[in-house]
Amino acid sequence: MTAEPRFRRVARFVSPADRGFAAVVYAGSILFALLIVGLFVELVLGSWPSIVKFGPAFIFSSSWDPITSKFGALPMIFGTVMTSLIAIVLAAFIGIMAAVFLADFAPRWLGQPLSFLIELLAAVPSVVYGLWGLFVLAPFMRTTLGPALQHVLGWTPLFSGPIYGVGLLTGGIILALMIVPTVTAISRDVIVAIPRDLREASMALGSTKWETAMRVVLPAARVGIFGACVLALGRALGETIAVTMVIGNRPEISSSLFAPSYTLASVIANEFTEATTSIYTSALIELGLILFLVSMVVNALARLMIWSVRGSERV
Amino acid sequence: MSTVAAGELLATQELSAYYGSRQAVADVTIAFRRKAVTALIGPSGCGKTTLLRCLNRIHEINFDARVQGSVLLDGQDIYGGDMDPMAIRRRIGMVFQRPNPFPTLSILDNAIACAPKGLNRRGKLEAAERALRSAALWDEVKDKLKTSPLRLSGGQQQRLCIARAVAAQPEVLLMDEPTASLDPIATAVIEELMSSLCKEFTIVAVTHNMQQAARVSSVTAFMLADETGIGRLIEADDTGKLFTKPSDRRTEDYISGRFG
Repeated sequence: MTAEPRFRRVARFVSPADRGFAAVVYAGSILFALLIVGLFVELVLGSWPSIVKFGPAFIFSSSWDPITSKFGALPMIFGTVMTSLIAIVLAAFIGIMAAVFLADFAPRWLGQPLSFLIELLAAVPSVVYGLWGLFVLAPFMRTTLGPALQHVLGWTPLFSGPIYGVGLLTGGIILALMIVPTVTAISRDVIVAIPRDLREASMALGSTKWETAMRVVLPAARVGIFGACVLALGRALGETIAVTMVIGNRPEISSSLFAPSYTLASVIANEFTEATTSIYTSALIELGLILFLVSMVVNALARLMIWSVRGSERV
Repeated sequence: MSTVAAGELLATQELSAYYGSRQAVADVTIAFRRKAVTALIGPSGCGKTTLLRCLNRIHEINFDARVQGSVLLDGQDIYGGDMDPMAIRRRIGMVFQRPNPFPTLSILDNAIACAPKGLNRRGKLEAAERALRSAALWDEVKDKLKTSPLRLSGGQQQRLCIARAVAAQPEVLLMDEPTASLDPIATAVIEELMSSLCKEFTIVAVTHNMQQAARVSSVTAFMLADETGIGRLIEADDTGKLFTKPSDRRTEDYISGRFG
């Protein structure tokens, strides 16, 4: 028992430089873990008064009235989840199709500049998207897109009711625009990395390029594409400014996608400066805590799904 | 070329192939013997794989690929304006250098990936069994048809790819160095398979390995790149004759191991 460690030290000689380098990279990765834990602890501490006062009702109550100090997060949770869902559905569809086009269909002279442009979209500051959303998309929604959707789908509760321009759908569309570059760029890289052999195998069997893309390439790339979508969803959940500008900022739950809503991030951004009572501040911090947990859960679930898909492929 | 008669199932006429402005194959005219194995041999870079890839129009999926001349399938030019490359590829199957089963499909679904559509479950199973049997793989996989092909050995994967090609009921089977990535035992199995498959299909196989050509083929075609790197057909003849009494000096040099 005592001799063993001495033997090991001789067998695995590590140079001092390596040891130093290892210490640095260890420190780097531990720092991230500490940051996450620290953030969580701070959020819990800050929201403690609110947690104690409202308990679980905070999550299930839908009244948000700072004047009477009534705080319930349900409308914001609803708004956050709905806008993100709309965004990821739209962005996944458009982004994956765009990625297939860029990877397998676009001629080289078109593909390269197009990829570059799409990646540039990701660099546009979100407040610019917000401005565009407020002055272009929202009026367009009120006058054209909204009525058109209502005309076709108005019989469903999702598309009924008055159209204000700002609202869930507008917020979701803005978010979709913001995350579509993420979906496209990563999916494209994943699709390009699928071995040429597989495409040729499919083509040689008499499949069209379209069939090859849908039946062979996309299934082979699905784990990576799913990862791209999760990354994009993470961004959508936490995105603040652009959504705040077009969501309508009303803490209500409505079945209509045209109705104004509110998201967790928007409430915090809008109301933090006006939070005069300590319980108000604490409630806002609890919203932050919920947002933090929702993002964590989404990412954890995605990670689990990726692992399970990978695992089943290996077995 | 006396023994390679005209009027065969598959033949080329003055076939040239390019990648952009670079010519890879020039003026190949050859007829492939029906229901026999024709081996394409030659040193690396002699254009034999490119020639093979022209025969089912898979060459043209490279973005800058071009073809001149014609490939006749049953007397019809597959490069004719009204020909559908997808339909041609279903009549001329292909097996690649590295096994490339579809990783997200089960063994069963790989085997019938391009079997005729609209089969019910039973029909599918029968089609899969037929294909897997003709690829001499059935007994090894019949208990794990629903599992991933990636769990099979390289040789088994390659036979699965052969089954997949056979299931489309093609007339011609092209094989691009089908044993290049396999060990000797798996290679022997594939070679045996080629000998039995050629009773049903016209097979054209590229190989680096002259012994393999001698073992499995009845006709051998020798290709060689000229000084400018353009691949040409030097001669094609009965395998026995080509390896013992080649009519071209360059063939003799190559098969006696003086280069390549």
